[in-house]
Amino acid sequence: MKKFIMFTALGGLLIIMISSYMQMPPMGNVENPSYNEVAVYYLDEALEDTHAPNVVADIIMDYRALDTLGEATVLFTSIAAVLTILVGKDPKLGEEDSHHG
Amino acid sequence: MDDLIVRNVSRMIIPFIQLYGLFVIFHGHISPGGGFPGGAILGASIVLYTLAFGAEKGHQKMPHSISKWLESGAIIFYMLIGMVGIFTGYVFLTNKAAGFYMGEVGVVFSGGFIPMITLAIGIKVGSTMITLFHTMIDEEEEH
Repeated sequence: MKKFIMFTALGGLLIIMISSYMQMPPMGNVENPSYNEVAVYYLDEALEDTHAPNVVADIIMDYRALDTLGEATVLFTSIAAVLTILVGKDPKLGEEDSHHG
Repeated sequence: MDDLIVRNVSRMIIPFIQLYGLFVIFHGHISPGGGFPGGAILGASIVLYTLAFGAEKGHQKMPHSISKWLESGAIIFYMLIGMVGIFTGYVFLTNKAAGFYMGEVGVVFSGGFIPMITLAIGIKVGSTMITLFHTMIDEEEEH
């Protein structure tokens, strides 16, 4: 019974995924919604706005610098989590020490 | 890994790896590259050093007390650069309008805060890699 419910749910998700994939526009088409005036603006004005010829760096470091800050925060969070798990001290040991002391 | 060939080859090759990493970071706004790949290359050089010379020498080369400050300091430097935009009357992380030195197109010292932010990201990524690797090496040696 549990397996039946699981397969039904996963199959439904698969059907939704495939049907939404069929609705996607073809790759590289000029009519795609992702190809709008923003891309044209970046290519036209990035050199004037930032004085740096690498447009990818202009976008991720200048226009979308807040997103890059979030990305750096992800690194910070990941290392905080890893250090907490790997080198974190056992709290029970500390409690015992404080009781004895 | 205590091997004469590995130690000598890595001793010769590590300065070039670090120079290449610094090149990728400092030319992030001119050529392909940037903070993330450059920092990964810098971190990989220290990882190679630790693999070739052992964890103890690796810790001496890059102690945890330094990499901890580099990690936190890089992201605070990033935020302080962003604050300049607020204090000059614009939004967070404003580049040209906030009065950063724009310079000539195609020179290393140009592009406002883009090289500074790339440097901060590079330091951050490199020290994160080193800290993760050293932590996992320590964990393995204890067991």
